[in-house]
Amino acid sequence: MASVAATFVESEEPGALVFAAAGEWLVATAAEIDRRLHAIQMPSGKRVTLDLAGIDRLDTAGAWLLLRTERDLSERGNAVEMRNLQPSFEPLIGQVRAAGLIAPARHPRPAHHTIAGFIARIGEISLALIARSYSILGFFGVVSATALRLVRHPRRLNMTAIVAQMEQTGVNSLPIVSLLTFLIGVVIAYQGSDYLRFYGLEGYTVQLTAVSILRELGVLLTAIILAGRSGSAFTAQIGTMRVNEEIDAMRTIGLDPVEVLVLPRLFGLMLTLPMLTLCANFMGILGGGLMAWAKLGIGIPEFLNHLSTIASWSYWIGMIKSPFFAIIIALIGCYEGFQVARSAESVGRLTTLSVVEAIFLVIVTDAGFSIFFSALQI
Amino acid sequence: MPGQPGEPIIRVRGLVNRFGAETVHDGLDLDVFRGEVLGVVGGSGSGKSVLLRTIVGLNRPVAGDVEVFGNRILTMSGKDEREIEKRWGVLFQDGALFSSLTVAQNVEVPLKEYYDMPLRLMDEIAAFKVGIVGLPDGTGEKYPSQLSGGMRKRAGLARALALDPEIVFLDEPTAGLDPIAAGDFDALIRDLRSSLGLTVFMVTHDLDSLFAICDRVAVLVDKKIRTGTLEQMLQDNHPWIHSYFHGPRGRAALLSETAQLGKQGMQAAASV
Repeated sequence: MASVAATFVESEEPGALVFAAAGEWLVATAAEIDRRLHAIQMPSGKRVTLDLAGIDRLDTAGAWLLLRTERDLSERGNAVEMRNLQPSFEPLIGQVRAAGLIAPARHPRPAHHTIAGFIARIGEISLALIARSYSILGFFGVVSATALRLVRHPRRLNMTAIVAQMEQTGVNSLPIVSLLTFLIGVVIAYQGSDYLRFYGLEGYTVQLTAVSILRELGVLLTAIILAGRSGSAFTAQIGTMRVNEEIDAMRTIGLDPVEVLVLPRLFGLMLTLPMLTLCANFMGILGGGLMAWAKLGIGIPEFLNHLSTIASWSYWIGMIKSPFFAIIIALIGCYEGFQVARSAESVGRLTTLSVVEAIFLVIVTDAGFSIFFSALQI
Repeated sequence: MPGQPGEPIIRVRGLVNRFGAETVHDGLDLDVFRGEVLGVVGGSGSGKSVLLRTIVGLNRPVAGDVEVFGNRILTMSGKDEREIEKRWGVLFQDGALFSSLTVAQNVEVPLKEYYDMPLRLMDEIAAFKVGIVGLPDGTGEKYPSQLSGGMRKRAGLARALALDPEIVFLDEPTAGLDPIAAGDFDALIRDLRSSLGLTVFMVTHDLDSLFAICDRVAVLVDKKIRTGTLEQMLQDNHPWIHSYFHGPRGRAALLSETAQLGKQGMQAAASV
């Protein structure tokens, strides 16, 4: 490449300025040619001849650079003439000339790189947030209306789809939910017993573990795992169907996408999340109990004795919250799936968003429940 | 050029492709010569796209050998691979544009990867490539999701041509285009071939483009390939090939092409 690199040499002839182009005018040498062209002091108001006799190889990039030079020279009021072009390059030059010179596309520049842009962006995000909340509420309304319609025609309910969803969201996530809550039970009992021993209350380790698992951690952990595992899957599944125009196809056939896609996921999750919570509670307490036995030597009868002192409401609080969390996860997951535009990129973006939003809303709702239950004093 | 065997730029020997129990190619041989436009046809599922993917190294065959520019695709080093990838361009069926980049940035991806160019020059070259494939002004700034199917195809071709490759692989370039756009696409390929000496490997179902621009046709039948000029294919007795070229659509395309040739002949005669 270096041996016959492209050159562009200036010389004088009587009455005309001659630029002799030579060598390989290719995309590989384009950067070098461009640098040389920019270095040349362009004349103005003269007669200029572009002598192309020395060009050995030419491709579209090279041809385009020649034509750009020709245009630049003409724009400066020179009378430009090309000569000695090898006949074999003529079609290429003709074709490139026919394509014309097009202004380069602007690169998309993020607006928030300026201060005004930054403030505007905060405003935009806030407005978008309000619009989203409104839109999610609307989606909730549509789903509720569809669900109510199904109450009148219960036979339209697709049990096969619901059971399939229950398998995917419930049975398949049982191992991870059980393992994690078991470990959390172990950790709480281990950490808790140390602090309680400080006050001479290590016997209450069982109560501490059981109450935190039953009221908060069991259901919260399960909901967060399912938001990550199933909520994201809902968004990705429905989003991919949007990209493939499957949702549109459904509509034209007369199927209601909410009924076909959202309700089985919603009902499936509403049934499985309480069951998973029950299992999580059991495993958490089991983990705590094993730790209490290993560290404090609390045996089974004593353990059960401790458990019986817990207010019976505590057993229900986590379970009561679980269907509400299920609704949040399923609705957000499906909603974000429907927001996917016709690009694969938006599937990924919205899947992330769906998980973050679902976990956020689950925790906010959980806080709301805490206030509610403490007002009821249970 | 047509019918005149130059140096084979792609050589496929004894290719076997199998997916599970299904054999797609069984001992397939193919030569593609420099400067020719080869049209690859075959029924659905006959392995046209698999053949293309195998030649460009995206699919590892069960057996056989693929040589491009004299390099064996299956065993070459990473360095050779980059050298070869610089010399070919691939247009995928739906363009396969990078959806997070604008059209102009898509075209710049290969330029950026292989050449150290000033940004301004790269923008100018990208704009020019976008223009040469017949996309309207301003398309360069758009994202692929904002384009129609036909425009995505053209943008994909602009990216495939970014490095002025020696071979372009086209996977059903005119499928889904309206007849006028398909005709323009054919004309574009023909012009590029004549001005750049491009070699074109084109998987197509479009009989019109087959008749209009292909020098030779390769037909995938019975897990093998039969190549020949259109005239030879028209005389082939294989039932699939016969019904392909002599069905109503094949006849229509043939008729329009002979009419065109007749007209050209008359013009030539008149001008003499």
